[in-house]
Amino acid sequence: MTEDAANTATEADSAKAEPPADAIPAKAELPIAAFDMPLLRIDGVAKRFGAVRAVDRLSLDIRRGEFFALLGPSGCGKTTLLRMLAGFETPDEGAILLGGDDIAQVLPHQRPVNMMFQNYALFPHLSVRDNIAFGLKRARMPRAEIATRVAEMVALVRLEGLEKRKPDQLSGGQRQRVALARSLARRPEILLLDEPLAALDKKLRESTQVELMELQRRLGMTFIIVTHDQEEAMTMADRIGVMDQGRLEQVATPRKLYEAPNSRWVAEFVGDINMLEGEVGPGDAGRLAIATKDAGTIVAAAPPDPVKQALVFVAIRPEKVKLSRRGPASDTAGTHTINRLEGIVIEVSYLGGFTTYKVKLDSGAVLKSSMANTARLDVDAYSVTQRVVAWFTPDDCVVLEQ
Amino acid sequence: MVSATSKISRFNVASLALGLGFLYLPIVILVIYSFNASRLVTVWGGWSLVWYREFFHDEAMIEAAWMSFRVAASSATIATLLGTLAAVALSRGERFKGRTLFSGMLYAPLVMPEVITGLSLLLLFVALDAERGFWTVTIAHTTLTMCFVAVVVQSRLGSLDRSLEEAAMDLGCDPARAFVAVTLPLILPAIIAGWMLAFTLSLDDLVIASFTTGPGSATLPIRIYSEVRLGVKPEINAICTMVIGLIAVVIVVASFASKLSSAQGESAAPL
Ligand SMILES: Nc1ncnc2c1ncn2[C@@H]1O[C@H](COP(=O)(O)OP(=O)(O)OP(=O)(O)O)[C@@H](O)[C@H]1O
Ligand SMILES: [Mg+2]
Repeated sequence: MTEDAANTATEADSAKAEPPADAIPAKAELPIAAFDMPLLRIDGVAKRFGAVRAVDRLSLDIRRGEFFALLGPSGCGKTTLLRMLAGFETPDEGAILLGGDDIAQVLPHQRPVNMMFQNYALFPHLSVRDNIAFGLKRARMPRAEIATRVAEMVALVRLEGLEKRKPDQLSGGQRQRVALARSLARRPEILLLDEPLAALDKKLRESTQVELMELQRRLGMTFIIVTHDQEEAMTMADRIGVMDQGRLEQVATPRKLYEAPNSRWVAEFVGDINMLEGEVGPGDAGRLAIATKDAGTIVAAAPPDPVKQALVFVAIRPEKVKLSRRGPASDTAGTHTINRLEGIVIEVSYLGGFTTYKVKLDSGAVLKSSMANTARLDVDAYSVTQRVVAWFTPDDCVVLEQ
Repeated sequence: MVSATSKISRFNVASLALGLGFLYLPIVILVIYSFNASRLVTVWGGWSLVWYREFFHDEAMIEAAWMSFRVAASSATIATLLGTLAAVALSRGERFKGRTLFSGMLYAPLVMPEVITGLSLLLLFVALDAERGFWTVTIAHTTLTMCFVAVVVQSRLGSLDRSLEEAAMDLGCDPARAFVAVTLPLILPAIIAGWMLAFTLSLDDLVIASFTTGPGSATLPIRIYSEVRLGVKPEINAICTMVIGLIAVVIVVASFASKLSSAQGESAAPL
């Protein structure tokens, strides 16, 4: 690691340590002047396997010290993208620039990149310790230093006492942790993690997440992580890229991705959502009145870009939909109009921290609502067949055109 | 529960005994008769080492045994080298045109009748005007056994995860280094097994050897066969017992070697 990287890392640290007083302390929205030039530039990269377009003209910039998460359905090309970054596949089109240099011709072992394989790829003939030390020995690190580093990695992934075992004497989760430790040990400039925590139990996964983030910040490394766990991506990543069929659908901070998805597909892929189709009617300043088939006219905040189509979708996250017996005290909260929809509760799922309800509107459409269980003995809980009012403000709605 | 398991185990013991008996009874009889004092092969005349003494005084036979051993060791070694290279090229090399044809051609000698292989090699050696003897037999046996080695090694390579080599490269090995550090230790048992197979195949080959050998350099099977044609001497039993002993030693040593290589892998792997 250069001193530069270390400095930027501490800068980022201190910046992250003091969240701004106002509402949204989103990580990547902090001033990051030092990260101006991207460390990694993926420029129109494409990879085809026969007729399958695994990666389809994808462009992406990754900043130094960034924690980037790739999210997407199975088979959308995440692993293929990582393999191109590591040097195991050559792009059919486009260029990959590392620190400004094209690395198309650089062989895997010469790239300052390490990868944790989705299937772990542990060396079966080597012990846990030697698996972790493998890359360090190749880097001609002094023996004593290797021992310290291996011990550190073993402690990080909680594998103390298993150092002498062979991979086939470990459980799936333990193997995954060895693979993680092995890829981390060399402290590469860029670490590619292909579903690194999928096989761990919740507790261990959460503690490893925290330790990975801590390590990444401390060493100023750049992480690109593939995960199926949206919560994991949101917890760890500065930015998330949502992929589908080889293309990036949206790249944004976790909050933006969740609260301001740029398409129906992203909105439905990330988290849960209510989607209402409707036609744009006349609206006043910053508001759109949308005539929906299922829920009458809904007043929604106008998106930043003017709406061009007549047919749009109104997306509302379930937790933004509040339920009450009589609806909100007044039909306007401040200057805001409030959307009220009446219906009957048809399903209640108690999930501990919150409860989800399905409300069948009079039109027959079903609206999902999720409410935090803030009181232990919640007398306000609604029951099936109860008639309720579901309400949400125009700002809770996202208007999507595609 | 208990009775069920004991029934199963009794059945297992019986079938194991039957199978092993079928395989080893003839050999056991041969070994016992090699210690027979009687000159007649089928009549038991008490214990004796006389036929072993006879063998060690039979110079032609000893020479043939030594010849066989040398041919087996050198042809197995060359075949292992070539067969391993062929297997690696076929399963790890770039996909080239006609690759299927090549791997098919590699298997063909496995099913080729030995008479044909022997005859064609004889014609080749005659055409090349090569002096027939140790080297011609060694080369002939190498062509026979290298396919077996290639098949054994190739199947092991096929079952090996490609991403292991990629992981090694990712961790700083160039492709050659990755092969030596990761692939080679993992296919070593197959290479050893291939060598053993080649060694024993060469040791007991009669047909190809008789086509390609020359006067004065008979291998043990050729020698034994010519002796037996004049009537079975108990000496043959003694020789066969020693050959069995040698093969047993090879197997034991080889299995120890492969166990050792996998146990030592961690420290011995050239990193
Ligand atoms: N070597 C290959 N040969 C042919 N097709 C391939 C190859 N590797 C990947 N593919 C195809 O490319 C597409 C993308 O695969 P990839 O492994 O990148 O998906 P992924 O996003 O990592 O999926 P998952 O989340 O299930 O791991 C898939 O349709 C897959 O079948
Ligand atoms: Mg994958």
